[in-house]
Amino acid sequence: MSSATSSTRPDPHSHLHLAVALDGTGWHPASWREPVARPDELFTAGYWADQVAEAERGLLDFVTIEDGLGPQSAHPLEPDDRTDQVRGRLDAVLVASRVAPLTRHIGLVPTVVATHTEPFHISKAIATLDYVSTGRAGLRVRITARPDEADHFGRRRVDRIEAYDSPDAQGLLTDLFDEAADYVEVVRRLWDSWEDDAEIRDRATGRFVDRDKLHYIDFEGRFFSVKGPSITPRPPQGQPLVSALAHDTVPYRLLARGADIGYVTPRDAAHARAIVAEIRAEQQSAGRAGETLHVFGDLLVLLDDSRGEAEARRARLDALAGEPYTGDAPIFTGTAAQLADLLEELAGAGLTGFRLRPAVAGHDLPRISRDLVPELQRRGRFRTAYEADTLRGLLGLARPANRYAAAAATAV
Amino acid sequence: MSKPLKQIHLAAHFPGVNNTTVWSDPAAGSHIEFSSFAHFARTAERAKFDFLFLAEGLRLREQGGQIYDLDVVGRPDTFTVLAALAAVTDRLGLTGTINSTFNEPYEVARQFASLDHLSGGRSAWNVVTSWDAFTGENFRRGGFLPQDERYSRAKEFLATAHELFDSWSGDEILADRATGTFLRDARAGAFVHQGRHFDIHGRFNVPRSPQGRPVIFQAGDSEEGREFAAAGADAIFSRYSHLEEGRAFYADVKGRLAKYGRRPDQLLILPAATFVLGDTDAEAAELAREVRRQQVSGATALKHLEFVWNRDLSGYDPEGPLPDIDPLVSEEHISRGRAQVRMYRDPVAIAREWRELAEANKWSIRDLVINNGNRQTFVGAPATVARTINEFVQADASDGFILVPHITPGGLDPFADKVVPLLQEQGVFRADYEGTTLREHLGLAHPDAAAPAERAAS
Repeated sequence: MSSATSSTRPDPHSHLHLAVALDGTGWHPASWREPVARPDELFTAGYWADQVAEAERGLLDFVTIEDGLGPQSAHPLEPDDRTDQVRGRLDAVLVASRVAPLTRHIGLVPTVVATHTEPFHISKAIATLDYVSTGRAGLRVRITARPDEADHFGRRRVDRIEAYDSPDAQGLLTDLFDEAADYVEVVRRLWDSWEDDAEIRDRATGRFVDRDKLHYIDFEGRFFSVKGPSITPRPPQGQPLVSALAHDTVPYRLLARGADIGYVTPRDAAHARAIVAEIRAEQQSAGRAGETLHVFGDLLVLLDDSRGEAEARRARLDALAGEPYTGDAPIFTGTAAQLADLLEELAGAGLTGFRLRPAVAGHDLPRISRDLVPELQRRGRFRTAYEADTLRGLLGLARPANRYAAAAATAV
Repeated sequence: MSKPLKQIHLAAHFPGVNNTTVWSDPAAGSHIEFSSFAHFARTAERAKFDFLFLAEGLRLREQGGQIYDLDVVGRPDTFTVLAALAAVTDRLGLTGTINSTFNEPYEVARQFASLDHLSGGRSAWNVVTSWDAFTGENFRRGGFLPQDERYSRAKEFLATAHELFDSWSGDEILADRATGTFLRDARAGAFVHQGRHFDIHGRFNVPRSPQGRPVIFQAGDSEEGREFAAAGADAIFSRYSHLEEGRAFYADVKGRLAKYGRRPDQLLILPAATFVLGDTDAEAAELAREVRRQQVSGATALKHLEFVWNRDLSGYDPEGPLPDIDPLVSEEHISRGRAQVRMYRDPVAIAREWRELAEANKWSIRDLVINNGNRQTFVGAPATVARTINEFVQADASDGFILVPHITPGGLDPFADKVVPLLQEQGVFRADYEGTTLREHLGLAHPDAAAPAERAAS
């Protein structure tokens, strides 16, 4: 340990949380063309193992893994016919599970699409990810309003959104997010449907489980009903982490109702403050004011030794792509120290952590783990060793009581 | 003239949620912690087994309106645990049982293609169907297919999944930095399927996996199930582990292949088999008796009798005689979520037969259940078991076995340590893996290689 590190008094409350969002060769559409990229290895386990190992080397809280039920597209609502960008991806839950036994501390948060999948399947899949990672699982839930993805399932019709502010579009999106909120509720109830001590192995009576500690969840909502209990016992964390990306009031409400972490995309500190205030108000109305809900800022990052270098790299990537890249999240170009300044400023506005999207995975992810993290450590704003064995532990979340055990105790 | 010896295929079934699994044994470990699955898989790979097998059930079983609590309860998600096992093994095949009733082809095809990529070509899919509204209560799509629609949906589900797997041919990804061409073909993954059960179209988003398609298993035994397997499966998980019935089944199913333009070696028959080893045959026989008593407690015996009687028998003494009342014949069954009960097609006749058997042998209820259809497949010293397995395979009663140990996770270890070396010495089981994919272990051609021959034959 250097003297600089040992002289830093650790104060967990001033520590920032850091996650990295993994998506293919990186978030810039031309990232795959960089010499450091490995586009022909995207469909191998080794590629993903290396990405997550690099993030773990930087002591990051967790990685998220993007996913979708159709090919990537430059257009948000329909497929394209482009051949100059990465297309195709592996199932994110399975990627997370494949790397879990190869890592020790880092959280694994795959994307799941609520719109066309079964909450029963996803609940046991994430519970199982929690078992195989011994307590490091989470999920990032999203919806899809793409008509072509609905056609991949053929079970519901999703009309094409022509204008986001039209009443039809708002109605559709509100429904899809309400459905996602129900989905999260079912997933969570199923995680609790086994009490922790349900498995008794009582040789005297021959009973493997105490069935009074297994619970039907009896969920009935507008979109579906699910009976329960889960086929998978309560996972090590009790409740794995639930997170979602949100850009507007309707998804903020989803965060408020069911998430542990929200990813938001503020333009600046003032905007961040406004978003946090809106989410806290929604949290209050949802009756969850007392619960920890982290609000993380999402930033796409290009990190180099000087701002000029990073800007030049961005210009070069944009030129390769044939158009400037603009995503939903702000784009940062600069040095690790400049990024640390920005993160500290945004943290001052109420964000408790950040999910960084490396523009080029092979370049910007090591810059995060090897430059940004040491910079934040020097400032006393980031951990110098993993302090917990579970993802909830890293995020300062206690292992929650089981809602059904609590109910049973109250009933007595 | 002697024909060359067949090579035996061996697989390991992770102990399941039924009374074969003895959870009460002091050696029994966790059925849910990943360390148990990793131990089991590593043992199978150390022994050069073809694959590991996971069963599945999507609702906890109930009997008499209550969750059944006498067997192991609870298991992991199949895909997720198999993906993790791919990280702790290198060659072992990974076979998952996945239901075609409570899933959609696009999602399942993505999951198998992903598993195949992430395991370097080691995935297999045991395609099962379900029929019950009971399980359907856990799913948004609801449950319930009429009995005669199950195979129709399963067939179309599998055919649709194959269309999705085949929507990428394998050479689409160019990733040429200089020209900026990632995909050679803008329409990679395009598919259209219009059928009775599925009407879907669009683009599949997982490129072709190392095996092209997962290896396909089928487990049903009905006439329809046999045809389904003969038409397109790579292997059958069968229940015929006794010599004569095994030979009959083997001949029947292999005989159906020709009309689909397939050769007998394109469909493997692999029955489930249990085993008990001892230093001597006598010791093994004694151990096997003890295991059967562990598997069938008095409480378990009464519950198993209820499968046939379809009545609450909790008032009966398991050490006493069989009930003299007749089974309740009804559409409603006391046991739910258990496929086995459908095998008792004429419960009144079975009850009469069992009463006579018990009286003749002076058996109690528990004795009857212990002695009736609960015997282990292979019991003996390692040399006896190795010889029996080999004779069975060489006699065309199977192509190998899917072994079901009764102890988790260490129950496979004695077999790996004592029986496998004997089979290797006899030259009927691999001393090491020759290939890297499950298809290679099973001697099955890659679908791209097989396709021209199949086209020529049809």
